[in-house]
Amino acid sequence: MEFFRIRRTIPFMRHALVLNVISLVTFLAAVFFIATKGFHLSIEFTGGTVMEVSYPQSAPLDPIRGAVSGLGYSDFQVQNFGTSRDVMIRLPLAQDQNSAAQSDTVLGALKAQDPGVELRRVEFVGPQVGRELVENGLLALLFVVLGIMVYLGFRFEWKFAVAGVIANLHDVVIILGFFAFFQWEFSLSVLAGVLAVLGYSVNESVVIMDRIRENFRKQRKADVREIIDGAITQTISRTIITHGSTQMMVLSMFFFGGPTLHYFSLALTIGIWFGIYSSVFVAAAIAMWLGVKREDLVKPAKKEEGEALP
Amino acid sequence: MNRYPLWKYLTVLVAVLLGLLYTLPNLFGESPAVQVSSAKATVKVDNAMLGRVEDTLSAAGIASTGAHFEQNGTVGTVRVRLASTDEQLKARDLLEKTLNPDPSDPSYTVALNLLPATPQWMSALGAHPMYLGLDLRGGVHFLLQVDMQGALAARYDSLAADVRSTLRDQRVPVGGVERDGLSVVATFADEAARGQALSLLRSRLPDLQFAEREAGNRLQLAGSLSPAAVTSVQDSALKQNITTLHNRINELGVSEPIIQQQGTDRIVVQLPGVQDVAKAKEILGRTATLEIRMVDDSPAAQSALASGSVPFGLERYADRDGRPLLVRRQVVLTGENLQDAQPGRDSQSQQPAVHLTLDSKGARIFRDVTRDNVGKRMAILLFEKGKGEVVTAPVIRGEIPGGQVQISGSMTAEEAADVALLLRAGSLAAPMEIIEERTIGPSLGADNIAKGFDSTLYGFIAIAVFIVLYYHLFGFFSTIGLAFNVLLLLALLSVLQATLTLPGIAAIALTLGMAIDANVLINERIREELRNGAPPQQAIHHGFERAWGTILDSNLTTLIVGLALLAFGTGPIRGFAVVHCLGILTSMFSAVVGVRALANLWYGRKKKLQKLSIGTVWTPTRQ
Repeated sequence: MEFFRIRRTIPFMRHALVLNVISLVTFLAAVFFIATKGFHLSIEFTGGTVMEVSYPQSAPLDPIRGAVSGLGYSDFQVQNFGTSRDVMIRLPLAQDQNSAAQSDTVLGALKAQDPGVELRRVEFVGPQVGRELVENGLLALLFVVLGIMVYLGFRFEWKFAVAGVIANLHDVVIILGFFAFFQWEFSLSVLAGVLAVLGYSVNESVVIMDRIRENFRKQRKADVREIIDGAITQTISRTIITHGSTQMMVLSMFFFGGPTLHYFSLALTIGIWFGIYSSVFVAAAIAMWLGVKREDLVKPAKKEEGEALP
Repeated sequence: MNRYPLWKYLTVLVAVLLGLLYTLPNLFGESPAVQVSSAKATVKVDNAMLGRVEDTLSAAGIASTGAHFEQNGTVGTVRVRLASTDEQLKARDLLEKTLNPDPSDPSYTVALNLLPATPQWMSALGAHPMYLGLDLRGGVHFLLQVDMQGALAARYDSLAADVRSTLRDQRVPVGGVERDGLSVVATFADEAARGQALSLLRSRLPDLQFAEREAGNRLQLAGSLSPAAVTSVQDSALKQNITTLHNRINELGVSEPIIQQQGTDRIVVQLPGVQDVAKAKEILGRTATLEIRMVDDSPAAQSALASGSVPFGLERYADRDGRPLLVRRQVVLTGENLQDAQPGRDSQSQQPAVHLTLDSKGARIFRDVTRDNVGKRMAILLFEKGKGEVVTAPVIRGEIPGGQVQISGSMTAEEAADVALLLRAGSLAAPMEIIEERTIGPSLGADNIAKGFDSTLYGFIAIAVFIVLYYHLFGFFSTIGLAFNVLLLLALLSVLQATLTLPGIAAIALTLGMAIDANVLINERIREELRNGAPPQQAIHHGFERAWGTILDSNLTTLIVGLALLAFGTGPIRGFAVVHCLGILTSMFSAVVGVRALANLWYGRKKKLQKLSIGTVWTPTRQ
């Protein structure tokens, strides 16, 4: 089997400008939605209590809402998840009541209504923990970006480092934009997924940059645009097959992994597709706009030649 | 060209064998067991209990498949493994009856438990199954924040008392000694007294750093703890809280509680399998109380004790050896006034002793009581679960001023340490607050395992089928490499005794999805070499060699991300990051060394190789 019967180099960079404008527009739209709609943060970040209860038969939500509001809560949510027998209840942070009493009284009220109810999960997070998570999440992001820039700058060249990081932040912001637009729940595991995408997407750019460097060494006469087109063409089959395989695994998690892995795999899926797009069309193009040259990447080889020629 | 030296094949073989050895324990599941632990702070479980349990069981004809004693800090536990759940229930009932003759006042907790059913020889080689996180196994997780300001304030209270008694002992005239926020302030009438006090206090109380200052027209000395002393106060507060929690959780009969320090002021408590959250919280938050009362040893009381009646105004309690005592109802002091209890030795006789430190109010009351009751006995009682027990009942030898109390005589050093621990264990060193709580029902845990396992398996099968169809024999090599990768990863996680969580399973799945990248890079490179007309052997060689640089670069960037997650992540992110980082390392090894070994083994000796089974190598027809 061979999917990619490519006869000649595909001119990826011909429409680089148009595609970069599209990227920019998508990016700005994502920023716009993040700014205006914000995230539907899970209680890990906001603090509060989440309870999951399960009923032997399908559970009517209205009596449950009635029972919870009967306890004096106003700002709470009751919703089904997974099946109609599973109910998720979210309670805000209570100032005067401790976490222990909170979940116990709610379960007591539900038991009074229907003794068959089973407690599946309770999660309580105090306000100070949430703040720390946000701080740590941002620190992790910063550390990742710096680490990648330093590594790429050292291994390749600063223009590639900048291009790689811009391309990958573009992916991350777009994933976040999706979560803001659809108001999907943003939890810790989604954050892990988003950061994993950052690494995954850099990985993709690195493969292409490696090829660009190799082609600079091999093809002395080709210009920068041809070199980049050639490198992307040579790696496109690997790009598609690798991402296809990863996507199969992620889809498997999406369909069979249950609610905990649902948004995690969703974040990865968006990340994979935009990762392909950004490393093919964005990273290399930015490196091209930044004026990457043969001399930037093949310095040592050049010196050797200079000595050997006379 | 494509031949590995023997040692390389052997390395891969050894890695496979080690991988199998350390992964296998995870497949044995768990066998029923019974565990015995102490139900009271005054009762200890030690090695002797192991013999007693074994004898009891063998006398009743219940065959155990292994018994062992485990000491975890100050807490000892005996665990006995049994062949079936029937035997398990029988053994539990028997032990319950033998060890706790009085069911209303149990000394031991006898609980059902599950132990890993790893064969003995594997455990001996250090091969144990991974721990399952609460999200996979069900249970309760608490994160407790210790109020360190409270612990420090209490410490300053006791230091203020120390300063006061030191100055009075040496007859240094002092206006007053008070705790002022987090410092101790002493006021003096003149410069000479202050100078004298300063040199005295510096030598006697090295923990405190004193500074001279003037407030209005008064001369003062302000003492504050050195940073090292602050750390040690916080440390010991945390340790004491952990010890107290251990003692309390033991009564729940939880199989493998995890009680750990997190950061400088937090404690993680995980109770696998516990479903009764309300009870768990009640036990964690409970304060055992300590009371000091006077013992009535008058002839009238003695005869009443002998006849079994209890006169009005007295109560009957047993001491640790079971001897009854009559104690007045009136409470002299409670545990609130006790600041510290440490084992030590009498400064003159060198006999083992317990040193108690009382706060200023306690010291005043204690001085008065001891002055009025020389020659009589006073009892220190510990109330747990509503039942009182006399920890010790020493005779008062003379007036005790200053709040420094020493209990000595007729005890061994170990007993002194026990009493000190008991007195401290009664209370928490500093108040705690639950700042995070997670409860996962056992059915949800089982669901999570099944879902995590299924999604990984289906994903793996999908990738394997696709890769074999696309790359034929090399795809098959890649699939074996991928399986090798899972094996190594699971073995590594088991050796490190990592805790597997659902995000961890997700990371295994994702690692597999990403590990295929290295294989694809290699296979595409080989095809490319073939397309450019390289002979098969050379194509394999160059394919692996040229792909290596790219694989290294791309994996290192991914590793940077993994390390960042590990450094800054908490909870689920950390579980994800650990597996992710290890997975990157194992996938590089399995793809580059493992798959290469397979390819070399298969193709390396064929000198006249014409064709590689790597799927279609399509060459564009040149025009």
